[in-house]
Amino acid sequence: MKKRDIFQSIMPTPKRLRDLIREIRSARTAADERSVVNKECAAIRESFRDEDNTYRCRNVAKLLYIHMLGYPAHFGQLECMKLIASPRFTDKRIGYLGCMLLLDERQDVHLLVTNSLKNDLSHQTQYIQSLALCTLGVICSAEMCRDLAGEIEKMIKSANAYIKKKSILCAYRIIRKVPDLMEMFIPSTRSLLNEKNHGVLFTAVCLITEMCEKSPDTLHHFRKEYELVPQLVRILKNLIMAGYSPEHDVSGVSDPFLQVKILRLLRRLGKTDLEASETMNDILAQVATNTDTSKNVGHAILYEIVLTIMGIQSEAGLRVLAVNILGRFLLNNDKNIRYIALNTLLRVVQADYNAVQRHRTTIVDCLKDPDISIRKRAMELSFALINANNVRGMMKELLHFLENCDQEFKADCCSNIVMSASKYSPNKRWHIDTVLKVLVMAGNHVRGDVVSMLIQLISETKTLHGYIALQMYKALSNDFTQQPMAQVAIWCIGEYGEHMFSTNVEDEEPVDVSEDDVVKVVEKVLSNNNSNEITKEYAITTLMKLSSRFTSTVPRIRQIIEVYGSSTNVELQQRSVEYTNLFSKFDHLRPALLEHMPLLEVHARSRSVMEDEGQEEENLLGGVEATNNENNINTMINPPVPTEGSSILDLIGNGPSKPDTTSGGGAVDLLDLLGDLGSTPTINNNTTPTQSSGNNLLDGFLSPEPSHTNQMNGDSSLCKIVAFSRNDLLVEMMCEKDTEPNIVVINVKATNSSSTPMSDFVFQAAVPKSFQMQLQSPSGTNLPASNQGEVTQVIKINNTQKTQLKMRLKMTYCQNGNTVTELGEVNTFPQHLWT
Amino acid sequence: MQFMLLFSRQGKLRLQKWFVAHTDKVKKKITRELVTLVLGRKPKMCSFLEWKDLKVVYKRYASLYFCCAIEPEDNELLTLEIIHRYVELLDKYFGSVCELDIIFNFEKAYFMLDEFLLGGEVQETSKKNVLKAIAAQDLLQEEETPQGFFDDHGLG
Repeated sequence: MKKRDIFQSIMPTPKRLRDLIREIRSARTAADERSVVNKECAAIRESFRDEDNTYRCRNVAKLLYIHMLGYPAHFGQLECMKLIASPRFTDKRIGYLGCMLLLDERQDVHLLVTNSLKNDLSHQTQYIQSLALCTLGVICSAEMCRDLAGEIEKMIKSANAYIKKKSILCAYRIIRKVPDLMEMFIPSTRSLLNEKNHGVLFTAVCLITEMCEKSPDTLHHFRKEYELVPQLVRILKNLIMAGYSPEHDVSGVSDPFLQVKILRLLRRLGKTDLEASETMNDILAQVATNTDTSKNVGHAILYEIVLTIMGIQSEAGLRVLAVNILGRFLLNNDKNIRYIALNTLLRVVQADYNAVQRHRTTIVDCLKDPDISIRKRAMELSFALINANNVRGMMKELLHFLENCDQEFKADCCSNIVMSASKYSPNKRWHIDTVLKVLVMAGNHVRGDVVSMLIQLISETKTLHGYIALQMYKALSNDFTQQPMAQVAIWCIGEYGEHMFSTNVEDEEPVDVSEDDVVKVVEKVLSNNNSNEITKEYAITTLMKLSSRFTSTVPRIRQIIEVYGSSTNVELQQRSVEYTNLFSKFDHLRPALLEHMPLLEVHARSRSVMEDEGQEEENLLGGVEATNNENNINTMINPPVPTEGSSILDLIGNGPSKPDTTSGGGAVDLLDLLGDLGSTPTINNNTTPTQSSGNNLLDGFLSPEPSHTNQMNGDSSLCKIVAFSRNDLLVEMMCEKDTEPNIVVINVKATNSSSTPMSDFVFQAAVPKSFQMQLQSPSGTNLPASNQGEVTQVIKINNTQKTQLKMRLKMTYCQNGNTVTELGEVNTFPQHLWT
Repeated sequence: MQFMLLFSRQGKLRLQKWFVAHTDKVKKKITRELVTLVLGRKPKMCSFLEWKDLKVVYKRYASLYFCCAIEPEDNELLTLEIIHRYVELLDKYFGSVCELDIIFNFEKAYFMLDEFLLGGEVQETSKKNVLKAIAAQDLLQEEETPQGFFDDHGLG
């Protein structure tokens, strides 16, 4: 007896598979399991070394189980080779399974598999052939494909349906891997659709679909030469018309797998061909109406029908049918079906907008669905369906949705609501209300530019200022933790606070708010820890504004602001100090400084650019900054051409007094100068804010201050003269010397004592050649009636030659619908200013 | 179909069939990710989810999750039917199949799957034919290792 045989006979039989499984499962801890596995692996390795033929399959089976648990099993690969080379079916069965599980195409060893495969593909036992085909279908590499393609092509022509269908799928797999090999399979594919066997038919449709996907030529070939479409239509018709076939029936539907596969191929064929699409129309409608939809399987078929109708060049009626099918899906109890419906509707909504609109109510209902992915799709679809007609109703629903929606959607939902509101709002008030609601509900999730956009919108809507201020106040008193909302609200209260009490907007309740209440709320925001820095900066500035707008709260406001003089926040501290100064030394300037903001024209421009109003707007913007460009200036506003211009010219001479906006070169005609000055406030508003962040708005507003402080530090000899007084327009000038020699600063103040307001007020001045004049931005352009407000402007004069100052004035404004121009002259400047 | 995974509620893998070539490492990573994703779903949620550029369809039968990854053009509702057909086949074969059957006879579960799907596509739409093929092959196996011998030799 050989040593080996003795050894073998006393070796215990390898553990049975189920015993191993049982043992592993009863392990209490991961460590226990590991030790069981390691012990078994060692035994298996031993067994492999001993070339044990009898139990090899058992050992490999155990190894496969161990592999599934996640342990390494590569030492079993060679053993699989040996198994598949064995004549026994049991060995081959496990061997091929092992190949499929342990090998992938990147292993070198599986090239050895190719040989066994070749042999087994032509085995007399069909089940062994089947094993080989199955394995090829899983692990074929490019080389394997090329090696065995010929063999597979032969097997497709086999008379045995069992082998035929498997070979067809192998061919399908080969073509996916190596598209070049497709050619050789085309001839044998042709006749496959004549088969009766469902398995063969099904796999053949798979193969043909893949061929058509991969090669448009082949598709064309099939469509034209083989008249594929009519044939498929026939097959499908037979399927649904034929009686009950128990073998292929699924819940009353005849072979749904085959139906869906055929529909998919039809889709591919009809996509680019009108004639093919027309041939399919009838059968599609027929299947759609005949399919029993009591179970999921019916829905699966209808779903494929919808996809096909949408994917081919179908007639309109059919498309409407498809959308209606989806609409019915939406009402189904099964959430999977609702999900599918919403998903598909999202894909077709652009193309079939009107059809989808009809199902809007159902879609909106899905916003309340318990499944999050359904809610998400319903939301996206809802936004796609908003138009000018349904915007009010839709917004109501979407706002309600926003209130309760999941965190991950909030940002998207906010942006979309704001965008839709901008596009479709029926009127300004509704627009503002809607954006305000968004801010209140989900303010912390909105994008940064919503704040400035809303402020812009509000400032444009003059008629609603009081209403808005009131709404803002109410919202703020409820909850000021949402920063964007707080910022907008605070700004509005600051700008329009005084209108709050006289509001008479329809269907609003009478106001029950006092100035004190408002100040209290703003103070709360200012002092609250939850408010971020920007909000606080807004708040302090608002309080300041309110000091001139409100009548009774000045001392209180002053007190609040002073506290922040010692704030650790540098911004707040600076503002507090500056404002406090304003209260003390320069109280007379305070109202002027705190006039209403001019309309933010830059924003309007950027908005109109977005709305594609073309290049003009951009040039205009460029024109504002490039002050030399006279043409642009002329296109903006037509200043009334002064016919008295020549007399001014005569009087003062040719000298150019330089306004802020220096026009280019040389002796500039005074007329032109005045023309420059007269164009628009924006030119003079060199400090108009141009950025979109709210903070910068205030920066723009604040920046005139330094120039004022300069004055304030100067000689305090102030003298006040009346520069002009006629037709209820009074222009006064307050002059003082500046710290710099020869510079005098003049504060111009204009008031309107008539009973009607003056708007678009523009003040211009001209001085003799020997003077240099700098005209700064006016505080505004509106003169309220009855001296209720004023416009102030600062002029700096440099009298280098120390001659007597003379000044020509020109003022234009609109009143009662008429444009009025006034001219004047000032000769009464005190001499001592320049001594 | 790109792959099918069967796993328990504790995340233990019971079967994995891959129809695309990936390394072992990649397969493990994908499996881990998907198992976590699917086990994290609540009962009210629908059976479909999007993952990378694939659609994942899953369904729970008793204590086992059946999870398939399909391509964007594939029909999700039909995939549910495919899963159901597979479960029906196992049920017929094992007689009221439960998770334990699949654990202790995992190789048979694979054999069944290989008669139903090939290359990621359905190969036989008739339940009867699939079961017939399996029965025939089991018979072949039994004939090779006669009954008395079966427990000691063969797979056991």
